[in-house]
Amino acid sequence: MGTLLFELALTAYFTAAIISLRDIFRGSRESSKLLLFITGAGFLLHSVSIIYRYIAVGHLPITSMHEASSFFAWCIVLLFFFLEYRYKIGIMSSFILPVVFILMLSSSILPREIRPLSPALQSYWLGIHAFLAFLGNAAFAVAFGTGIMYLLQEHYLKSKHLSGLFQRLPSIQVLDEINYKMINLGFPLLTLAIITGALWSESAWGNYWRWDPKEVWSMITWFIYALVLHVRLTAGWRGKRAAILSIIGFSVVLFTFFGVNLLLKSLHSF
Amino acid sequence: MKVLIIGLNHKTADVEIRERLAFNGQKLEEGVFGLKNIPEVREVAVLSTCNRVEIYTCVGNTAVASENIKNFLSRFHSINRPDFEKSLYLHSGADAVRHILRVASSLDSMVVGEPQILGQIKDTFDFALSKKTTGVLLNKLMKKAISTAKRVRTETKIAENAVSISFAAVELAKKIFTDLAGKAFMLLGAGEMAELAARHLLNNEVKDVMVVNRTYETGCKLAKEFNGKAVRFEEFLHELVHADIIICSTGAPTYVLHKEQMQKVMKERKYRPVFIIDISVPRNIDPEINKIENVYLYDVDDLQEVVDTNIHGRKIEAEKAETIVAEEVEKFIKWLSALDSVPTIVALRQKAEEIKKEELEKLTGKFPDMSETHLKAVEYMATAIVNKLIHPPTVALKEDSEDRDELIAMIEKLYDINGDYNEE
Repeated sequence: MGTLLFELALTAYFTAAIISLRDIFRGSRESSKLLLFITGAGFLLHSVSIIYRYIAVGHLPITSMHEASSFFAWCIVLLFFFLEYRYKIGIMSSFILPVVFILMLSSSILPREIRPLSPALQSYWLGIHAFLAFLGNAAFAVAFGTGIMYLLQEHYLKSKHLSGLFQRLPSIQVLDEINYKMINLGFPLLTLAIITGALWSESAWGNYWRWDPKEVWSMITWFIYALVLHVRLTAGWRGKRAAILSIIGFSVVLFTFFGVNLLLKSLHSF
Repeated sequence: MKVLIIGLNHKTADVEIRERLAFNGQKLEEGVFGLKNIPEVREVAVLSTCNRVEIYTCVGNTAVASENIKNFLSRFHSINRPDFEKSLYLHSGADAVRHILRVASSLDSMVVGEPQILGQIKDTFDFALSKKTTGVLLNKLMKKAISTAKRVRTETKIAENAVSISFAAVELAKKIFTDLAGKAFMLLGAGEMAELAARHLLNNEVKDVMVVNRTYETGCKLAKEFNGKAVRFEEFLHELVHADIIICSTGAPTYVLHKEQMQKVMKERKYRPVFIIDISVPRNIDPEINKIENVYLYDVDDLQEVVDTNIHGRKIEAEKAETIVAEEVEKFIKWLSALDSVPTIVALRQKAEEIKKEELEKLTGKFPDMSETHLKAVEYMATAIVNKLIHPPTVALKEDSEDRDELIAMIEKLYDINGDYNEE
């Protein structure tokens, strides 16, 4: 049942991603309504499938790459709906839903078997720590999407070549605002995730910091986004520079997420 | 019954004639009722805007009706027929359907894609409905025109881009700042051009207006008008920090703002975006300024280019719109021609029923002692014969064929019936 729901959600996201990409070239109000409906349906199915998995494994399902990618995608869709409700920028879907689909696709091809959790990880910290980290990363993913949108729109305005997506993209001010807000949301979440991780580590192994590759790369991510916020406030690095930094930041997030698990030996890898 | 449109627009008549033939205010009601009373005119609605006057009618005989309408126009507007006749265009049948659909979709407008015309068509329709001067045909046609216009609006991008310089500037400003309310605004130079552009932007309720002028007094005057403050020319660099949108038109022979100066200003502003519109010729603002981050500088040529691209874009979209209109015209004509044969079908059935009734009455007269059962049987047989006989011609009439008009005439002649359109 959980598998079926997951597959259905994957199909819905696939359809939504295709429609949203087609929207870049030719969009209408009808298609954006349809898009929201399909994504909404996918999100519901996805949520139920995660609940199923939760019941099956007995904790927040984020301890295999299959589960983690799926949950990561779920967090992004959650934020996407929040922003869509708040700003109603139809074209944003074209920059976010494909990311969601890719995450879901990688989740679907990764092994799905439920493996027993090592005793060290069996703790209520798991849910709190992981949820904070994932939601934070999802915020960075959305910032990445709006960062790309910003660079596109800025390019149109600077080059004075007002074709293509110029009309459909919102103002650079709104894009910069969302970008900033998302980093402002992601950064404290990441901070809390690192703190809860440290506390958990202390209670499980007796030390706060273990130089685990995931920890190191999370710290690098943290420094990058701290820098983004810092230079924005002090030196006025807004707009284009902030957009570029948020794109770099998200690449590091992706490396921390996938790269560390696949390439480096870590307590966090599964 | 035929659709007939008589009208004139900005392409066929100059403003003088358009004014004289306009149905303004009270004249509209009088005019619509006057037209409705013309012989051969069955339904009527009148559209009167500053760019066009059009009379939508359903008529019996087109030639007679158009003559009558022209005479009426001459009398009603007290204008000699030769004075306006050459400005008129006449459309009837499918041509007329196409015309009204194109007008409503803003394909016939002076600025293609402008949105007002649809509202005006709606008003025309509402007015006619409230005065009951239209019937089945025009009601359906007007609805079709409105729905087609909406289809064009949603399926093409015909109304999407600004096609005048000042609207292009407003549109650009809205792609930089989300909304202009609360934005500070600087007028560099109090010339006529700057003032004009400013008025367009000020419709959007910008917050502060600063007017900079070499002659401080002139600046003060304009500032008062915009509820803003005047700034001495020597001090404008200090105030520049606060300005989000700058419109420049000083008439100075050289640049009044250089890249280095602007760089300093931007740093002080912490790189909050600035939109500069330089409408002066020669340019007053160093074009290099556009290279500074978060500064968007557009001069007159840039804006004109935006407008040109948009106009070109609209032309492409207009072609798509024409296809939509053609589709909708075809649908309507189909409906219309089906409507043509309905009265004939009704008349044919009526005639057959009458004959049946007559013959049954004759029969009961001749055989008064016929039993109820027998009478029922005979009646049943008569009904069956009638139905079977009129079935093939009915089917033929309902079919959508090229020679339907001939067929209608032939059947009417053969059965000696008259399927003249009846409003009731």
